[in-house]
Amino acid sequence: MILAFNNSMFPSLPWKGFTLDWFFGRGPDKIGIFHDDSNLRSIFTSIRVAVAVSALSTLVGTMAAFLFEHEDFKFKQAFYFLMLAPLVIPGVILGISILLFTNAVGLFFEDKLGLDMRFLAPGYWLVVFGQFSFITTITTMTISARLKKFDRTLEEAAYNLGANKLEVLRFITLKYLRPSIVGAAAIAFLMSFENFNTTLFLVGSDQTLPINLYLQVRDGSTPVINAIAFILITFTSIVAVANLYGGNKKNQT
Amino acid sequence: MKNSKPHKIRWSFIIFFIPVALWLFLLIVFPHLELLKMSFTGTDFYGKSGFTLENYGEFFKEPIYWRTFARTALYSIFVTFIVLVISLPVTFYITKIAKIKSQGFLTILVLIPFWVSELIRVYGWIILLRESGVINKFLLKIGIFKVPHEMLYNDITMVMGLVYTSMLFMIVPIIGVMESLDDALIEAAYDLGAKKTTIWRKIIIPYVTPGIMSGSIIVFMLVLGSYLTPKLMGGKNALWFTEQIYNSMIIYFNWNQGAAFGFLLLLLSSLIIFVALKVTRQDFKEVVK
Repeated sequence: MILAFNNSMFPSLPWKGFTLDWFFGRGPDKIGIFHDDSNLRSIFTSIRVAVAVSALSTLVGTMAAFLFEHEDFKFKQAFYFLMLAPLVIPGVILGISILLFTNAVGLFFEDKLGLDMRFLAPGYWLVVFGQFSFITTITTMTISARLKKFDRTLEEAAYNLGANKLEVLRFITLKYLRPSIVGAAAIAFLMSFENFNTTLFLVGSDQTLPINLYLQVRDGSTPVINAIAFILITFTSIVAVANLYGGNKKNQT
Repeated sequence: MKNSKPHKIRWSFIIFFIPVALWLFLLIVFPHLELLKMSFTGTDFYGKSGFTLENYGEFFKEPIYWRTFARTALYSIFVTFIVLVISLPVTFYITKIAKIKSQGFLTILVLIPFWVSELIRVYGWIILLRESGVINKFLLKIGIFKVPHEMLYNDITMVMGLVYTSMLFMIVPIIGVMESLDDALIEAAYDLGAKKTTIWRKIIIPYVTPGIMSGSIIVFMLVLGSYLTPKLMGGKNALWFTEQIYNSMIIYFNWNQGAAFGFLLLLLSSLIIFVALKVTRQDFKEVVK
């Protein structure tokens, strides 16, 4: 079993040795990918989406963590359930319902106010929103887990020493949370980068890398995909291992 | 402490609350209400839209729809079960039998493919299994096969692919729980003469049930909502329900029909999770932690 996992770490290994055409095909194509316009563009799109998603979801995730751990309010339980809901909603469904909703809102604005809401049409922003909607749940849970262990007497001590609210937040609480915030951002980046199901329904003309790869795999594969796969695996492994060693050993889902 | 600054607490509350509420309502609640609304909307003969049950009627009338639906549901349960059966010994090995030193290494080994996108993992299988793939070449060379066999595009391969892609999501939560299981309990049971199966049934499985439940829920959701694996590895004449949704949404551009299908899938997944939680008497909030 473990060998099977091992296998997927380097899917290039098995055929590298067995068949020579793949081996020879890979050499020039690995350079070839940097001349491959559609793939390059999709990588760039994916990065832009992932950066936006990880920034947004980490920010809102931090806020949500504070909200659920430190604040008390009416319907907190109901909100908490809502926050967890994306975990049990299939990505495809999330994708179509956001598509339907933004379409309805877009139509409403166009009909009633005559505004052309470009960013509500399938494309970059919809993909960002779609991924943000469920990745924020993950970031919230990651940050909450650490905030739970935070000793609130530290905050009180700082208040007693004359610090104001902002200073306490900045120098005490956020400093304490930093590892989990960095970890959450990394997780969000990777999840966004590889997301397929939700994105599938929301992409416009600029495809993200997984979608673009999927189209290529479906229509017959070329060694270029291997090259991309190899680069991706190396890249994600580095980020993941760095993240694991970064002290964030406990990964949620 | 709290009484001394009621004002400030309210302000910070509002600042934290607004983005979270916007996220939950604009991206979770309203879209799903819209989904529900769309699924009951239809265009009549004159092009006017109104309330209708047509979209759901279509689902029950056409055998291909509900057959795909049932097939997807049954296969998802089946895959979840297989994943569970394989994961239990694996996690047991990692947490209890493997040496402490190799434990961290094994955990990382298990975790890394989790970060590699599903597409690439499926692609790896395609390379291995297809007619001109690595395994076929190998078997031809050593003379087991006379002619290459197509090993892709059937249900067995698809189930295997699904099991493989979702395995980690079962292993990780179970490891989390199994780590805290006291070895002394198992040893005590041995000393008292319990058989291996009894130990599994009476001690280990009840103890790790929370992990099993959260793993099962995640795996089930992933399999039920997966699109890539069934599409790329499954048979050409056997659809997955998500493909059905994609087809009616994007190819036929029948959004009402797609919404109805989507809602049915959502209903199914919630129902099965609800039943599973009730049967094992677990709390949803505890499970997802």
